[in-house]
Amino acid sequence: MNDPISVLTLFLFNIVLVNIPLLYGTVGEIVVEKSGSLDLGVEGTMAVGAMFGYLAGCMTNSLLLGLLVAFLTAGLCGLLFSVLTVTFQANQNVTGLTITTFGLGLYFFTGKGMGADWPAMTSAPALVQGFAALEIPLLSRIPVLGKVFFSQNGLVYLGIAVAALVWWYLSYTKTGLRLRAVGENPGAADSVGVNILLYKYLHIITGSGIMGLGGFYMALNMSGSFEGSNCWINGYGWIAIALVIFANWNPLLAVLGTLVFGFFNTLQIYSGALAGAFPGALGWLNAVPPHLFKALPFLITAIVLIASSVRKREGSGQPAALGLNYFREER
Amino acid sequence: MKKILALALAAAMSLSLAACGSGDKSNGKDSSASNPGSASNPGSSVSTPEDNKPSLKVGAIYINSQNDTSGYTFQHHNGITTAMKALGMDPAELIIVDGVPDGDDTAVATAIDTVVNQGADIVFGISFGYLNAMEQKAADYPDVIFSHGTGYKSNDTNFNNYFGRIYQARYLAGIAAGMKTLELENNNIGYVAAYNLDYAETCSGINAFALGAQSVNPDAVVHVNVINAWGDETLERQAAQALIDTYGCCVISQHCDSAQPQLVAQENGVFGCGYNSDMTEQAPNGHLTAAVWHWNVYYQTALEAAIACNGDATKFVENMNGPAYYAGLKENFVDVSPLSSNCAPNTQAVIDAVRELIVSGEWDVFSGVKLSYNISEDGKVEIVRTDADLVDNQGNVIVAAGGPSVEDSVITGGMDYNVAGVEEG
Repeated sequence: MNDPISVLTLFLFNIVLVNIPLLYGTVGEIVVEKSGSLDLGVEGTMAVGAMFGYLAGCMTNSLLLGLLVAFLTAGLCGLLFSVLTVTFQANQNVTGLTITTFGLGLYFFTGKGMGADWPAMTSAPALVQGFAALEIPLLSRIPVLGKVFFSQNGLVYLGIAVAALVWWYLSYTKTGLRLRAVGENPGAADSVGVNILLYKYLHIITGSGIMGLGGFYMALNMSGSFEGSNCWINGYGWIAIALVIFANWNPLLAVLGTLVFGFFNTLQIYSGALAGAFPGALGWLNAVPPHLFKALPFLITAIVLIASSVRKREGSGQPAALGLNYFREER
Repeated sequence: MKKILALALAAAMSLSLAACGSGDKSNGKDSSASNPGSASNPGSSVSTPEDNKPSLKVGAIYINSQNDTSGYTFQHHNGITTAMKALGMDPAELIIVDGVPDGDDTAVATAIDTVVNQGADIVFGISFGYLNAMEQKAADYPDVIFSHGTGYKSNDTNFNNYFGRIYQARYLAGIAAGMKTLELENNNIGYVAAYNLDYAETCSGINAFALGAQSVNPDAVVHVNVINAWGDETLERQAAQALIDTYGCCVISQHCDSAQPQLVAQENGVFGCGYNSDMTEQAPNGHLTAAVWHWNVYYQTALEAAIACNGDATKFVENMNGPAYYAGLKENFVDVSPLSSNCAPNTQAVIDAVRELIVSGEWDVFSGVKLSYNISEDGKVEIVRTDADLVDNQGNVIVAAGGPSVEDSVITGGMDYNVAGVEEG
């Protein structure tokens, strides 16, 4: 039995390690939604990025190539979504669900099709190395927090960097502000010369690509073991959609949201160990019905939704034109 | 015109079936004797004299996909088709409705109607939650045989249930784990469990495994991490990793669908005991042995009994010698998979000795007699039986020292405790 502090450290460390894909999915979805499009295909998009990113990364033994292919293939899902909803004005909800079904189907089709040729992650040492913990000098030596935040793998830091970058882009750049205008009121944006079609296409594809990176992360975190009974993404794509609301469409709050959701997600695995390590303070954890851990994050999201609807539009980050297709002729 | 066409098609079909049948060299040699009435079976429309394979039509209701390549449904599908082949039947004629959710009585009833309307003479339902719908339909269709896996309902005529003493195999796997803990001088064993006390099936498995491990290493502790899902690769992986990280477990056992716990054990340089199938294939450097089912043993028994009914479904339960089929090591219905080279020395000898003891019927796992072993220099194993209380981990005595095994009904339905040495978390 480990000492209580190391159990606690392990618990916190795993919250970050296991749940970072949620951040990629959420930030990607924020980028998409800020353009006024509601893409419910996160799960499928992540699955496509995971499958092809992993295969490419493993076969070429390159983390970068894996990331690139994950981004591009997931971006193709975004392109498909854009063509259907932006150009052909298809219903966004239905199209998003279609992307999920399609993406998961492609995932299983490809994975099962590989059969015995499936590449093991151990056959790509550079990939294993690329996903290994990167200890940040000095900071990683801080007790507990050093292990939790500064001894993670490179893709964890990349995820947080992407979130910060998107936040800066949306808040402080001219194109970012125009993008928000497209999501709020495409008619007004169009009238001042913003190319709605281009903005929507670019951001749906980029956002989807970011989701794909999250999928790639999950593939590596599963050590690339494909068994085909359920998908690597395992519902994280759906949680990401809920997280967007929780984070109020703010990429920085998405980091917080990821940790909150991750806390409960990982708690169901660690509740027994924590109760054993802190019998006095946390012994009650053993008595909590485990299904509650699965439900709590969504309960919190519901509360956030209620709170934000009470506040009305005041302070809400939800784009006003979210989910509405833009018909130029009806402006 | 339509009638002629239908007749021609039917003739062509039966001819092609007969052609397939005669091409099959194992064409029902053993079953032909027990099935003289196949030609007169009202279920079959056309039957040529040389067509001597059983005309029984078999139906199955699955919870997952019939195309699965691993997991619960795969194991059952494999068992049914293996049994059909052994009896000279064509597995392609198996009538399947798959993806039928557990506990949705309407969906199960519809699936049964579908299978029966396609002419099935016997219907297998593999999931626990099918029990109510199957009971109802067994009454609605008295001339069809219903056989329900893992449940407890039945009638006196055409409806039985079947399950196995997998706990006996768990005990043997526990021995392999215990031997490994002695070799590694580490008493911590991890167990990734779908559920624990919610189901007798899961906690009896955990208990039997723990008792097996303790028979070798009395200090062995089994840490259970419950994931609350029968199969979830992501959670299975996280749970196994957490067991290794927090308790330093050197062996990881599991009661869940995928091989992820074994893969995690291998990646961490520790060892594991799988479930359902021989997972040495997935984790060659980590896997010791797995508790496995030989479902075909039951399915073949059931199909033979159904064939012997000669079209009278009401005789089925009588032919099966009772409404509940509950077999174990003795019938080869359950066992452990071949031990891998990762096992500690002498593991095979101990397991063989205990298997022999259980098969003899002299001793069973949940009794007031504990086993321990004297292993001589030349690898000979002597089993020492000691009377000792069977105690749960709250200190209650389940079976007093020297007492007989707990009732079968406790193992299949009533067990809601963990034995001493099992820790949750």
